Amino acid sequence: MSSSMLFNVTTIVYMVSMIVFFAFLATKNKQIGLVGSWAAYAGWIIQTIAIILRWKESYDMGVGHAPLSNLYESVVFFSWTIILIYGIIELKYKYRVVGAFVVPFALLGMAWAQLGLHSGIEPLVPALQSNWLLYHVITCFLGYAAFAVACGISIMYLIKERQEKADGDSPAGGIFSMFPAIRILDDLNYKAIMIGFPLLTLGIVTGAAWANYAWGTYWSWDPKETWSLIVWFVYAAFLHARITRGWVGRRAAILSIVGFAATIFCYLGVNLFLSGLHSYGK
Amino acid sequence: MTTNNKGFIQGLWDFFCSLKLAISLLIGLAVTSIIGTVIPQVPNIPEEYISSLSQTKLQIYDKIGFFDMYHSWWYILLLYLFTVNLVACSMKRLPRVWKIVTEPNLVLDEGLEKSLSLTRDLKLKGGLAALKDGFTGFLAKEFAAPVVTEKDGEVHLYAQKNPWCRLGVYVVHLSIVIIFIGAIIGSLFGYKGWVQITEGTSESKVLGRNNKPIDLGFAVKLEKFSVAFYETGAPKEFKSILTVVENGKPVPGYVNIPIVVNDPLSYKGITFYQSSYGPAGEGGTFYFTVREKKGGAPIKITARQGESVQLPGGRTMHVTESTQDVRQFIPQMSGPAARIEVHSPGKQPDSFIVFRNFPKLDEERGGDLVFSYDGSDEKFYTGLQVAKDPGVWIVWFGCTLMVVGIIMAFFMSHKRIWVRISSSGRVVVAGSASKNQPAFQGAFDELTGKMEKL
Repeated sequence: MSSSMLFNVTTIVYMVSMIVFFAFLATKNKQIGLVGSWAAYAGWIIQTIAIILRWKESYDMGVGHAPLSNLYESVVFFSWTIILIYGIIELKYKYRVVGAFVVPFALLGMAWAQLGLHSGIEPLVPALQSNWLLYHVITCFLGYAAFAVACGISIMYLIKERQEKADGDSPAGGIFSMFPAIRILDDLNYKAIMIGFPLLTLGIVTGAAWANYAWGTYWSWDPKETWSLIVWFVYAAFLHARITRGWVGRRAAILSIVGFAATIFCYLGVNLFLSGLHSYGK
Repeated sequence: MTTNNKGFIQGLWDFFCSLKLAISLLIGLAVTSIIGTVIPQVPNIPEEYISSLSQTKLQIYDKIGFFDMYHSWWYILLLYLFTVNLVACSMKRLPRVWKIVTEPNLVLDEGLEKSLSLTRDLKLKGGLAALKDGFTGFLAKEFAAPVVTEKDGEVHLYAQKNPWCRLGVYVVHLSIVIIFIGAIIGSLFGYKGWVQITEGTSESKVLGRNNKPIDLGFAVKLEKFSVAFYETGAPKEFKSILTVVENGKPVPGYVNIPIVVNDPLSYKGITFYQSSYGPAGEGGTFYFTVREKKGGAPIKITARQGESVQLPGGRTMHVTESTQDVRQFIPQMSGPAARIEVHSPGKQPDSFIVFRNFPKLDEERGGDLVFSYDGSDEKFYTGLQVAKDPGVWIVWFGCTLMVVGIIMAFFMSHKRIWVRISSSGRVVVAGSASKNQPAFQGAFDELTGKMEKL
């Protein structure tokens, strides 16, 4: 059994999970919702095994390193962290339906990685040969994942709010009745960002520490660094908006979606459109 | 006039204390920061980019400082405004929070009771003294040790957890100021430089910004440089072996220190980072052994780069290029290699590669002369980044403080419980939490449930 086979299984299981979640929205059957999140967890466990297996495979090839070294590996890890953060939020706050808007992000990542990216295990170039790689990548991606979850929740918020406005002040009907109340969605959005913001901060700090250790400068306004700071500014604005009158709810949801768009640009856009030190072996 | 002045200063103060300004500045910084990621920044501006801009555009960009925008006056001004804003916000709000932390309301009077959403009325048996002891012991065991106040014949208990976490926000604000101070110290008293050292030689000066030479106060000698590759041809390691020389003598403990990417050398607060490498000039000498295919004694040949050397039979050869490790170009091969060109009279020049690690390989080429490569004494230079940053520890202190502050502010909650015991046996319990009130409500209900059985 190879890791790439297990990654394929993971992708299929995430797809099943997403379809079941959509069925849950349509049928409002709690049992189906349960199956949806179980499928997501099963996929996550398979993915965990696959990541460990890939790690081991790299050692068998004599180029042993954690599977966090190129675009393929980072996308796989990103989708793993998204399900992890979703699981934490679901287990803690019990709003299963959020999965319908979060699992698609993880599925998208896995599908892109499996179908469109070069998946070969490569040796580590000198610039990445450091333990800081592990700390930096793990903290950054856990942060990104929390923002992905917050973005999914914010999309739900905007849909639900719009529906409620259209239906007058009565609670939304149809599939939207499955959504938590907008007050709760607003709160969940905040909670997800409360997980993401400290992790992003740690990610930036570990990145700065590594840059200082490897290049002698903790900050050089490299596009990746700058974009991570932009993301940090946006979520810092979000956190301050929360305690300002008139910024709760709709504007906070929009700010959260803008924040995730900036996150995705920081992660992918910088590599695809701009130059700098973070090009993952393109 | 005075009132006007007062009004102006008050207005200015209110402006800097406002959260709206904070949000605007954060979004403003986020948006303006994008510019420098799209427009190339000094010193990494490609020539093609400059020539692709029209003259007017170039002048405008230069005037606004777009080519060094993170050091432009307006970006620095935004950062200053941001700093003043967060200091002013903190100064305005901190005293009140400080009072909550250090001078808590120990007495649950009616006003306080009405302001709290979590309250519970209990009717218990036992005298005032017994209840006081019972509740004091209970809170100490189940929550936190209470402060006991007796007032107007009633006993008030006050217990709290994590009061300091309310300061988390201000710790984060302070940490940002500290990081800025560290950065300013670094830019005033430190430098970034660059030095190129050839194998066997030493350098005591490095080039700073604008190629200004900076004296190190000691010298760094490159003993040896080496580069290794993976089997795929991807680079594996660039290694410089360095010795620090001071007053003409090697410094004990700093002799033959290998440095690689991600593992620098520091001496007297100055750090040297492996950054680049290359062949040092054209001074290398190459060594070959040549024999005729049909037999005969091998001859040793010495050739300098580009120099034409006589061979048997009126032929000449010269070295066109060489490498210390051919694996980066031909992954199946390894070790040093040289490309040579052999000119035979009346024939097309013959160009081919000889490998030091595969001395027999050239026989398969089928030429009249069989070459083997014995290596070269070609020297390398190593390019080192040099940095001195006395502010870096202040920056790390600030970063640590920021993480601590964020944990205090996000993951800890100031929980408070008040108890008022009357001699009639009526006990009023009230509670509040600075964060996650619903979760605290569960804990509060559980606690008061146990109190009923006291």
